Amino acid sequence: MKRLAFAVLMLAAAPALADSNLPAAPLANTQLPDPKQEAQAQALMTTLRCLVCQGQSIADSDAEMAGDMRALVRQRIQAGEKPAAIRDWLVARYGDYVTYDPPFSLLTAPLWIAPLALIALGIWLARASFRRRRA
Amino acid sequence: MKGGVKLWLPLLAFAAVLALIAMALYRPADRTVYSAMVGKPLPAFDTPPLLSGKPGLASAAFRDGKPKLLNIFASWCVPCAAEAPQLMALKAAGVTIEGVAIRDTPQAMRDFLARGGDPYAAIGDDKASAVQLALGSSGVPESFLIDGKGTILLQHVGDIRADEVPGIVARLKAAQ
Repeated sequence: MKRLAFAVLMLAAAPALADSNLPAAPLANTQLPDPKQEAQAQALMTTLRCLVCQGQSIADSDAEMAGDMRALVRQRIQAGEKPAAIRDWLVARYGDYVTYDPPFSLLTAPLWIAPLALIALGIWLARASFRRRRA
Repeated sequence: MKGGVKLWLPLLAFAAVLALIAMALYRPADRTVYSAMVGKPLPAFDTPPLLSGKPGLASAAFRDGKPKLLNIFASWCVPCAAEAPQLMALKAAGVTIEGVAIRDTPQAMRDFLARGGDPYAAIGDDKASAVQLALGSSGVPESFLIDGKGTILLQHVGDIRADEVPGIVARLKAAQ
């Protein structure tokens, strides 16, 4: 009985960190009238991280904040701003973490250099073992 | 035996990788997204009032020489309700608290303030999270300590706990 009451209460309960009651921002889920601008906005949105869900881009996310970020991107594209400038504006606020296309820096250098170093190591190992066999 | 150490190298490397993974598993990384705006001037914004009888908030209000606390909050956010007593304590300690309400409505805000008290000198209406995004804030509640010249001194992510109140008061006093 207690369990049943608990289950009923759980069904009736609102989620703890609930969303707001406001509808999504006008440009959050509406495409721009100009298809060229919309394509630009889409391309940028798929490379921006949703800061709430963190594993999704703002183009994929259903979070309210992602909606507000999509609205911000579309508004700025509509106003004629370049996608790179919008990305820089967000990076200045949230750091490189907000973009899925992180720039080359001291922190990201291992990501780019490690594969090259591993290939070089592999070639060196292969050469050494081929030589041994021939000898 | 020739190459005795060399023979064990791969196993050692494998153990090192395992140790690295185990360390990361036992001490997960901090997934909080911190603002990159700390130490920089407060971005310019001008929000209309949310409630009649309570002014809206503009960034110019933070350049009057008095350090303040900028609280990003919402009536629909549960940790914000948990934070209310600490904000009241900060107000009682003489801290000026300016609020920006994210995606909120006047009626819901009035109910929220009636429940937990009203520590806010002003409440700006931010219907599309524009101020929040300009600040590099990624959730509610978040608080920013701003010095008298409008520079962001510190970001506090999440609700302010009771034991964190004295530290915030001291930090704002020091900025005076």
